[in-house]
Amino acid sequence: MAEILELVWILAKIVVLLVPLLIAVAYMTYAERKVIGWIQLRRGPNRVGAYGLLQPFADALKLMLKEIVLPLNANRGLFVIAPMLSIMPALAAWAVLPVGQGLVIADVNAGLLYVLAMASLGVYGVIVAGWASNSKYALLGALRAGAQVVSYEIAMGFALVGVLMASGSLNISEIVEAQAGPIWNWFWLPLLPLFIVYWISGVAETNRLPFDVAEGESEIVAGFHVEYSGMAFAVFFLAEYANMILISGLAAIMFLGGWYSPFHGLPVLGPIFDLVPGMIWFCLKVAFFLFCYIWFRGTFPRYRYDQIMRLGWKVLIPVTVVWLVVESVFILTGFGPWF
Amino acid sequence: MIELIIFYVFAAVLIFAATMVITARNPVHSALFLVLAFFNSGVLWLLAQAEFLGIAVVLVYVGAVMVLFLFVVMMLDINVAPLREGFARYLPVGVLVGAAMLLEMLLVLGSGELSAVGLAGGASEALGGVGTAQSNTALIGNVLYTIYVYPFEVAAVVLMLAIIAAIMLTLRRRSGTKHQDIAKQVHTRKAERLRVVRMNPEKRD
Repeated sequence: MAEILELVWILAKIVVLLVPLLIAVAYMTYAERKVIGWIQLRRGPNRVGAYGLLQPFADALKLMLKEIVLPLNANRGLFVIAPMLSIMPALAAWAVLPVGQGLVIADVNAGLLYVLAMASLGVYGVIVAGWASNSKYALLGALRAGAQVVSYEIAMGFALVGVLMASGSLNISEIVEAQAGPIWNWFWLPLLPLFIVYWISGVAETNRLPFDVAEGESEIVAGFHVEYSGMAFAVFFLAEYANMILISGLAAIMFLGGWYSPFHGLPVLGPIFDLVPGMIWFCLKVAFFLFCYIWFRGTFPRYRYDQIMRLGWKVLIPVTVVWLVVESVFILTGFGPWF
Repeated sequence: MIELIIFYVFAAVLIFAATMVITARNPVHSALFLVLAFFNSGVLWLLAQAEFLGIAVVLVYVGAVMVLFLFVVMMLDINVAPLREGFARYLPVGVLVGAAMLLEMLLVLGSGELSAVGLAGGASEALGGVGTAQSNTALIGNVLYTIYVYPFEVAAVVLMLAIIAAIMLTLRRRSGTKHQDIAKQVHTRKAERLRVVRMNPEKRD
């Protein structure tokens, strides 16, 4: 009986986390169109509801009512499973991310490893979709996405090894607590090169502009999801945005002090800013990174494919390795307020 | 109770997936079932409280190795029929190898030396009685960098050799390819690529 109650409690926690997350995903698509609109001197969606605020729901309704076309000679089972494979890891990773002090579904010891493992599973959705569609554009998109994600995972993993060294723990709550203090105590400052590498590889991991060669609409139509329509396409779309929120959440936790306010621990400002709940600070930090995603999309041209690979292997990975050595020197000498 | 149910569910899926790896007709399906098998064995390790190993197998094998493996399988157009021709001929050899491996595993696992508890206990004894409260990532790290540091370093060097060898294999020069000199591209200046031409306005006729 007690076990069943515990299961119900866990399920309740999952629902409480996932419902706001999915609403955030829906409004992320709205925010993206609005911000891109402002960048390009347009208005963006403004017809459905006040300021177009109901646009995500209209889109969802439209996509749900559309027919899902199964291409001839497509591999049925895998074709249907692929969108699920891409959204499940994006949502599962949230199990260990604390959105506030103690507000986490599973406070596990190997949390950071778990997040990395889940992030690396996301690529299967893309690869399986590309192969099962039985279309050359889809296969090309899948191959590009696979190579790109595997390459950037290494740089991202190394960047997070730096965080692990600085905090001395794989437990995500402990990583945040290791950054307790004002803004200059957070890991972004001593780990600045790793932070930048993490962020670039995070954008590449989610296959977003300027690294979105997996979709590359001007070359391979829409890449891996070219054959998908209706709700199956919508699930890919949701997975992409859920992944963006996940990567941004990780960035906020690993480098920007998670739920701490920027003035935490200072004499006068500290207590005033601590009145704001930690969850709000976390969401603000995530929102900043999400805005950056859109900003990049509106600003940078797409990278050429070989340049993406070169950047990942020959620039980002060496930078992380060098900074890990520098960081070990910091740790040995007890440098600054961080180590 | 619930742990037992979870164990049996994942073990059943694992055995099913492992069987499908060798019986599936399509090589891509085989590879995907192998992914499923790895994932399930990772979950079983998690249940045995070996969280580091469980997650590492997902991270390394599922997240990286199998992706590359799938790549190759997807790009090769493998015809299954010729692969299946010699099945009956090779069956006795296969059975023999399988039986030998099963016997070896039974001998090692049956001796009781290699149970998870025994290993963790032995490691913590070797380190002077480290408490069991430590996470097993830290425990593995402590053992790996003290007692087993030489085997660990040797393994690292062997892997390094494999990496260098694999890269050397790709470094053959082919003629007729449009190879780009990246350094030259990066160091290019505006003056080399762009010419501003001053033209007098011309009258359209």
